[in-house]
Amino acid sequence: MAEANNTTLRAAQGSGATAVSAQDAALERKMRRRGDESRFWWLVPTLYIIFLMLPIYWLVNMSFKTNQEIIGPITFFPVNPTLKNYAVIFSDPSWYSGYINSIIYVVMNMVISVAVALPAAYAFSRYRFLGDKHLFFWLLTNRMAPPAVFALPFFQLYSAFGLIDTHIAVALAHCLFNVPLAVWILEGFMSGVPKEIDETAYIDGYSFPRFFVKIFMPLIASGIGVAAFFCFMFSWVELLLARTLTTTAAKPISAIMTRTVSASGLDWGVLAAAGVLTIIPGALVIWFVRNYIAKGFALGRV
Amino acid sequence: MLELRNVTKAVGGVDHIRDVSLQLEHGSLNVLLGPTLSGKTSLMRLMAGLDRPTSGSVWFDGKDVTGVRVQDRNVAMVYQQFINYPAMTVYENIASPLRVAGEDKAKIDREVHRAAELLKLTPYLNRTPLNLSGGQQQRTALARAIVKNARLVLLDEPLANLDYKLREELRAELPKIFSETGAIFVYATTEPHEALLLGGNTATLSEGRITQFGPTISVFRKPLNLTTARTFADPPLNMIALDKEGTDFVLEGGVRLPVPQELAGIPDANYTIAFQPHHLSLHKPHKQAVSVKAKVLVTEITGSESFVHLSFADARWVMLAHGVLSFEPDEMVDVYIDPRHIMVFDGHGNAVGAKPRKAA
Repeated sequence: MAEANNTTLRAAQGSGATAVSAQDAALERKMRRRGDESRFWWLVPTLYIIFLMLPIYWLVNMSFKTNQEIIGPITFFPVNPTLKNYAVIFSDPSWYSGYINSIIYVVMNMVISVAVALPAAYAFSRYRFLGDKHLFFWLLTNRMAPPAVFALPFFQLYSAFGLIDTHIAVALAHCLFNVPLAVWILEGFMSGVPKEIDETAYIDGYSFPRFFVKIFMPLIASGIGVAAFFCFMFSWVELLLARTLTTTAAKPISAIMTRTVSASGLDWGVLAAAGVLTIIPGALVIWFVRNYIAKGFALGRV
Repeated sequence: MLELRNVTKAVGGVDHIRDVSLQLEHGSLNVLLGPTLSGKTSLMRLMAGLDRPTSGSVWFDGKDVTGVRVQDRNVAMVYQQFINYPAMTVYENIASPLRVAGEDKAKIDREVHRAAELLKLTPYLNRTPLNLSGGQQQRTALARAIVKNARLVLLDEPLANLDYKLREELRAELPKIFSETGAIFVYATTEPHEALLLGGNTATLSEGRITQFGPTISVFRKPLNLTTARTFADPPLNMIALDKEGTDFVLEGGVRLPVPQELAGIPDANYTIAFQPHHLSLHKPHKQAVSVKAKVLVTEITGSESFVHLSFADARWVMLAHGVLSFEPDEMVDVYIDPRHIMVFDGHGNAVGAKPRKAA
């Protein structure tokens, strides 16, 4: 009887032990599985980055190759690296003037957009007036229309005023998209500044312009940075309006790039070099405003 | 002298300030006392010139300043929220009104250091306000108000967001600092005891109206109407409606409370009597005191004092008693009402027997 009891007890212990070890094993498996996951955590991001960077890599790669090499068999690095393509761009006025034109109208557009948007955004953030919300929304909807819709009216309008092929024409046309965006971004930042700061400044004796420049603008500096950045980006990459409204004197680089088919066929290398040079200003601007943008996403609306 | 004449302010069809007339003397300390939304801030904004009254006028030293921009008035204001210029250092924050006024560098430097010394901000002059504690931020705002040397200083619940110790300290300091300048000093608060500590004059506000204005102590002791009495009481005032019959007020249950001598002549009618929580006691304070039986609702103990919430007839009372008391809920207790300390109001809520005094 006692023996039987002992055996059952032992059996029970044994089964208990197996249960425990089974649990351990399950835990171990789970841990190993998690370990497997963490061992390959880099896989998906790496694939994604390769996918993103591949065209840029290919572009940079091409820009250092000769045309023969480009149309020949695939090479992953230039066999005979050359800077000739870049030399062409920096020496030929029909190339480098494209960059100058683009930068001129982009900067003009940035300045106009932000200068116009600042008072507008202030009004939207500080005053209530009839239909303010509708007006604000309507401004935003301007961004939803495709540029092609506006190409024709702009062309006709600017022809009538003799503005075709000037920098200001493109800058003004881009304002159609950039002013609403800038107003929207700045309004978010301004609404984050308590109205009491305005009033305290008035009580201290500040006039409105002085208050706006000395007290208010420093408070929304990152907002102005973010707004200017977005204006830059949209104006820099916009092709259709810029191409339609210019012929030679203010022709943007993107238009020059898409038209470069010479008698001897496509000049692949030069085109690639132009592409690389087109990316650089955008990358530079992003680099400079990256902190502001991070702050901007946190503070304002954007 | 700042004078408001029949000032009304409506925003979106809602009256925030209703027909307020007020005269504040130079060198006086004036407390605006009222619960939240009673119109303290609205009234201050009208005094400062940040808002224009819908009707009525604002006069300063005999001149109508109703339409004058706030920049052209000599006012300083401090908000409940800590409002400073975040992009400037504390030094520049304090210097800002002087810079705008075009004072020379040496004077600005002297004034800023004097104000910083006064408010113990000297070590922080080179920091920006957001790197300071709440108390330091508010002191920066106060320092800016001091250097301006304004004729009208408006403080809108300036200490409400500060911790207890700092509040006590600054509350004692502020009136002294500003009284030297001879300015009209206006201080808004929701707390009756703060008004009592500050002294000076008090205007009690309720729903956009000034219900009474006069020396703080007399407003507290002899409110002209029930609204003022209720505004100026924390914990809430104890009230009960009753009838006067001959020489006594008759309470529910037939308890007779003798009518105070000075009110002996009032006609028999329905009245409301009110008294402060510390005038309700467990022990007979005076031979005329009357005992009533009340039911205990709940007892709150705060250190050495107890708030006993009672129900008597339809009324809910609070008794403030010394010591830690433990009553069971629903226990019946005998409490004493001292007829010497009751305030009597007629059916319209006006104090009975008090002569309406000319507002000082």
